[in-house]
Amino acid sequence: MKLSEIVKTLDAKVLNDGNHLDKEITTCGASDLMSDILAGLSEGCILLTGLTTIQVIRTAMVAGVGAVVFVRGKTPPQEVIDLATEQELPLISSSYSMFVSCGRLHACNLTGLDGRR
Amino acid sequence: MTALKKSFHIKSRDFIRAGEASIQIQALLKTLNFDPKMIRRVSICGYEGEMNVVMHGGDGTLRFEINTNQLIIEITDDGPGIVDIAKAMQAGFSTASDEHRNMGFGAGMGLPNMKKNSDDITVESEKGQGTLVRMVFFLSKGGDAV
Repeated sequence: MKLSEIVKTLDAKVLNDGNHLDKEITTCGASDLMSDILAGLSEGCILLTGLTTIQVIRTAMVAGVGAVVFVRGKTPPQEVIDLATEQELPLISSSYSMFVSCGRLHACNLTGLDGRR
Repeated sequence: MTALKKSFHIKSRDFIRAGEASIQIQALLKTLNFDPKMIRRVSICGYEGEMNVVMHGGDGTLRFEINTNQLIIEITDDGPGIVDIAKAMQAGFSTASDEHRNMGFGAGMGLPNMKKNSDDITVESEKGQGTLVRMVFFLSKGGDAV
């Protein structure tokens, strides 16, 4: 599904410039452990996390993550948003919990990083 | 092909800049048209190594080299060293603090991820003597793009 549809599904707001919302996403990883994201097949996935540190962005860049969703309405500091924007990494914030966000995306046929649902 | 070498300083406990060296290497490999899968493997190894130094080591250095046959990342630090290397290589083993875990690290996947993503890894360390991690990535015949 397109990133723009994910934004709608999660009643989310886009935190940076709103470019790249046509990006196609098929897999989803949800974790606050960055090494788990680095260990998985996270290329092009959407990453759901409750962490808002700059290392989330670096992890996403290194792993080739397609976009990051901050759950529970979290918003990262401006320097984190700026780094993501510079790297053309879309950032989204949803007021839903991790559990509900995952459920809504699962219902839209997104798979886990290993391709299973 | 002449060897291309770069060296980056890694500062202990600098969580803001941690990972910058690996992002620079990632950008460099993209400009050199390396295969995206190879770039990802190299970047992950460098990044996990940088985070290990920032979290556990003293100050350190990441050395990066590309020659005709292989790409090498060597990370050294003057930190407390690893008491039991075999244990540290096991997935899930961690000596990280709550501070590290609150930042999303310390799951005990750093060295296992580095082993998984490199073609060869050497870890040398002794208690109180710092640590050296050397990772090698084999390139296809003819050198650069794999």
